[in-house]
Amino acid sequence: MKAMLIGFVAIAVIAVGADYTLHQMGWSAAEQGASPSNVRLGD
Amino acid sequence: MRDIRHYILGCIMAALAVLVLASWLTPGMANAQEAGSVATETEIDRSATGGATTLEDIMRRQQGLPVDNSFRAENIGDPSAAAGITDQLGTLGGASDPDLWRGMRFNAADVTTQARGPAADVLIQDRGMWWLLFREGPLLTYGGYLLLGTIGALVLFFLLRGRVKIDGEKTGRRIERFKNFERFGHWLLAGSFILLGITGLVSLMGRKFLIPTNGHESYALIAGASKWIHNNVSWAFMLALVMVFVMWVVHNFPDKTDLKWLAKGGGLFGGGHPPAKKFNAGQKLIFWSVIILGGSISVSGLSLLFPFELPMFAKTFAILNTTGLPEMLGFGILPEAMTPHEEMQYAQLWHAIVSFVLMAIILAHIYIGSVGMEGAYDAMGTGMVEEQWAKEHHSLWVEEVKKQENKAPSGATPAE
Repeated sequence: MKAMLIGFVAIAVIAVGADYTLHQMGWSAAEQGASPSNVRLGD
Repeated sequence: MRDIRHYILGCIMAALAVLVLASWLTPGMANAQEAGSVATETEIDRSATGGATTLEDIMRRQQGLPVDNSFRAENIGDPSAAAGITDQLGTLGGASDPDLWRGMRFNAADVTTQARGPAADVLIQDRGMWWLLFREGPLLTYGGYLLLGTIGALVLFFLLRGRVKIDGEKTGRRIERFKNFERFGHWLLAGSFILLGITGLVSLMGRKFLIPTNGHESYALIAGASKWIHNNVSWAFMLALVMVFVMWVVHNFPDKTDLKWLAKGGGLFGGGHPPAKKFNAGQKLIFWSVIILGGSISVSGLSLLFPFELPMFAKTFAILNTTGLPEMLGFGILPEAMTPHEEMQYAQLWHAIVSFVLMAIILAHIYIGSVGMEGAYDAMGTGMVEEQWAKEHHSLWVEEVKKQENKAPSGATPAE
C-alpha cells in the first residue's frame, strides 16, 4: 500500500518537475512558434 | 408637375435596371445549363470557366466524390498556360493572381513568413479534413466500442465464471512476491497510465460528450487541465515503462511452460492449474503488450509533445512501401512525402489507436488482478501472497523460492 502511495506521489512530483523543466528550457508551444525579433525581412 | 416628371424618370430608370440585370442573368443561366449538361460527360469541359474549376467539380466535392485536381495542381508556373492579358482571367504581369493562388492551394508557392517554426510556411494542406473526420468518426466510435465491449465482456465473464477462488486450504503463510521497489514501479506505471487514459479520452471525446452536458466554459477548464496532466504525467509513464522492463524482462522470456499453460487456457475454465514460473503466459502477454504498445505510444507521444521536431511517419511509410505489405493489404502505396502537419496527424492517430488497444488489454489486467481472482491483489498490494495461492498459480516459482530458502545458510537473515 505504501509503495502504491509513493508511486502516486512520484507521478505528481514528476509531472510538476517536467512542466517546470520544459518551461525553463523554452519548450512551451508559444516560445517555439515565436519570432526572436519583431521584424524579419526575407527568409 | 415636377413630381410626375420625377415619377416617370424613376420608372424609366427602374425599367432600365431590370433590363440590364436580365441581360446579365440570361447568359449566366445559359452557362449554368451548359455546365449541367457537360457534367454527364466523362471528360470535363472547362472552357466555360476558362480552364478553372467548374460547377461539376464543386458538386462532386460537395457530394464527397473523388475530384481530379491535376488540372489545377499541374497548372503552375507555366506562363503559356495563363490566359491572355485582355481575357477576363488574364495575367497581371509576369505571374497571374490565379497562378499564385493555385501555388498556395497546392503548396508550391514561395511563401515567406515572420512566424518561426517548421510548419509556418504551409498555408493549405489537403489531408487535414480527412484526419479530422477520421478522428471524430471511426476513431472515436470504434475506440469507444472497443472499451465498452471489453468492459461488457469482463462483466459477462464475471457473471458466468465468477471469481477465481483459492481451491485448496489456505496455509496462513505468506511469501514475498514483489519487493517495494517493484511495486513502486508498477504503481508509477499504473497510476500514470490511468491518468493518461482518462485525460486522453477527454481530449478525444470531450467535444462530443462533455460540451453538450457541461457547456463550453466548463469543458474549456476540463480540457486545459487534461492537456496539462496528459503532457506532464507522460514522463512518469515513460520512466515507469523503463523501470518495469528492466525489473521484469528476465522473467518474461517465453518458454515451454507457456505452451502448456496456454493449451490449458490458464486453467481459467477448469482442468486444474497449469504449472507456471514467476509469470505465467497470460502475464507475459500483458508484459510484452505493455512494453511494445506502451513503447510505441511513448514514441508517438514524444512526437506530439515536441511538434514537428520528431517526424517519423514518412520514413516509416517509405520502409513499409518497400516491403509491399501496404499494397498487399489493400492500403495502396502509403504517402512518403508529407507536410509537417500531416506527420503530426498520423502521430495522433497512431497514438490513439495503439492506446485504445492497450487500454482494452489493461482493463482485462485490472479485472483479473482485483475482483477477478482471490488473492491476486496482494501481490501488488502488500507484496506478500498466500502460499496456497502461489502454489496454485505459480507452482514452479514457489519451488524456486523454497529451494533458495533451503540454500540460505542457517544463520542468515532473510532478505527484506
